[in-house]
Amino acid sequence: MQQDLEVDGVTKRYGAHTAVDALSLAVPHGSFFSILGPSGCGKTTLLRIIAGFLAPDEGDVSIGGRSMRGVAPNQRPVNMVFQHLALFPMMTVGENVGYGLARRGVARPVIANRVDAMLKRVGLPGARDKRIDQLSGGQKQRVAIARSLVLEPTLLLLDEPLGALDLKLREHMKIELKQLQADFRTTFVYITHDQSEALVLSDRVAVMSAGRFEQVGTPQELYYQPRTPFVAGFVGANNRIVGKAIRVDGEFAELATVDGLAIRARASGSIAVGDRVEAFVRPEAVAFARDPTELPHAAQHFTGRVESLLFDGANSAVLVREATTRAGVRIALPQTGRFADLKVDETVAFGFDAQRAICFRAGNGSDVS
Amino acid sequence: MAPALVWLVGLIVLPHAELAILSLRSRVAPRVYEWSFNQYRTFIYEPLYWHTFVRTALMSILATVCTLLIAFPAAWYIAKVARGRAKSVLFVLCLIPFWVSETVRTLGWMILLRESGVLPRLLVDLGITAAPFEMLYHDATILVGLVYTSMLFMVVPLVSVLETLDDSLIEAAYDLGGNGWSILWKIVVPHAAPGIVAGSIVVFMLTIGNYLTPTLLGGKNSLWFTEQIYTQFITRFNWEQGAAFGFLLLVLATAIVWFGLKLTHQNFGDVMRRA
Repeated sequence: MQQDLEVDGVTKRYGAHTAVDALSLAVPHGSFFSILGPSGCGKTTLLRIIAGFLAPDEGDVSIGGRSMRGVAPNQRPVNMVFQHLALFPMMTVGENVGYGLARRGVARPVIANRVDAMLKRVGLPGARDKRIDQLSGGQKQRVAIARSLVLEPTLLLLDEPLGALDLKLREHMKIELKQLQADFRTTFVYITHDQSEALVLSDRVAVMSAGRFEQVGTPQELYYQPRTPFVAGFVGANNRIVGKAIRVDGEFAELATVDGLAIRARASGSIAVGDRVEAFVRPEAVAFARDPTELPHAAQHFTGRVESLLFDGANSAVLVREATTRAGVRIALPQTGRFADLKVDETVAFGFDAQRAICFRAGNGSDVS
Repeated sequence: MAPALVWLVGLIVLPHAELAILSLRSRVAPRVYEWSFNQYRTFIYEPLYWHTFVRTALMSILATVCTLLIAFPAAWYIAKVARGRAKSVLFVLCLIPFWVSETVRTLGWMILLRESGVLPRLLVDLGITAAPFEMLYHDATILVGLVYTSMLFMVVPLVSVLETLDDSLIEAAYDLGGNGWSILWKIVVPHAAPGIVAGSIVVFMLTIGNYLTPTLLGGKNSLWFTEQIYTQFITRFNWEQGAAFGFLLLVLATAIVWFGLKLTHQNFGDVMRRA
């Protein structure tokens, strides 16, 4: 399959700080690729290198199979949707969308036709003569995307474009963006620090930390088979338990925390007895009951007391302190409403299957946050 | 509100009303006056007067344009390139000439430019001219002096308006295929228009009403309209004629500013608010 974007060993340093560290990636034609990472991880630097605003110290970027070395941003088949959209306030909506075409010397009547067609496609027919400040947040978003897509770029870069929107609109725009991308079949490279945006929108996601990719994969892979503690901790909610490995048998390891809590988890990578390990258990992987006999047999069982109730509709959870070690565990509540009358300080039982917990040997202090 | 009214009525409206009355009087005998348009008629029928008038207007427009062309890159550098300490230092550098009175500043230019001055001697020493060259009393000299005096009043509104220009707009324009010139014309200048117009109005008004700089640097050749007003009031003691000239200058300057606003599609109130 043709790769619309290939990044090959790109490095960018600022003094002693390496913002982007020998990164490589390939994005196939027509896919939605996200780069997910906390602020300061280097994702914006990488995006600006792809757009051409920054030159890499090492490595090369190819777009549509063509090396971009020495190609200025205004000559690249790439367009960018900026974080705050950067619509031109001194121009009408139509002039904004037609700006790139006018720079290419396209004839006026042709520009007018293409602008109208594009505004119709993004759901803003007849908005051509409006001023930018007359548009709502969602409409501005669509104008920003239309302004780039009208140029039919090989690659569209999006720099956290939903960051400035309120929650409700952001949820709505997520769906709209996904539909737009499916409709245009343009390759999207999207950067965000919001894991929900990355998981919902993307075909593939790269999780980035400290200038490097921790893992690249489908949203499902990242969620269910994280390969590093960072990915396990960053993508989705997770309970993190740190301890020492006290027993290793085949693909499972048993670890004990300093307080003496012992759990079994699937081992990722090699773990030896005595290693410092980090285990992760997703809130929805933990079974929860008032009566310990209701818990699945295979699971390891614990008892504890309810510390606080986190009611959030379908995402409701409960924080439980394990009885003997006082370790805190976040547990997702089932949707049945069975626990609607749960009270703080109630004694409860919980447990999880070792297969659904995962543990890693803790890095040399570098990736333990 | 009251202090503003006192200021407006006491110092601007009253003197101008008095000037208006003065300009419409004609002395027919000692201490005998009658209403007439004689003063204005003199202006029209005496070529020297309206020649000076047109020349002052054109030179002022030229000085304003030169100031804008020099101030714009400087303001761009202060607003967009310089950071932290360098920014304030550059700003202060623009301000420092104003710590010295205009007279002293202009005399400084005379010391530099007169025939026995620093610059002509330097040119001789370098072998560029054979004999010292009189650099004073040229139109170019007047322009240099006027631009120098006006820089700050152009730089300040330009810096403030350029600072509000979001850098990502420039990047976006570049990303969409724009180049340096098209971005300047399509993005930067439209954004900076209120600042450009505000600075230009202030500089133009200061220039057209300037007396000292054209007189000292231009000498007898300066032919500046304020000089004619001064001559009528002080030398000739012809207050009626001076008042008429003063009024004409006010009307001329206002007309040019109005025309400039129309030409650039700017609104006066908007410009003064943004600057």
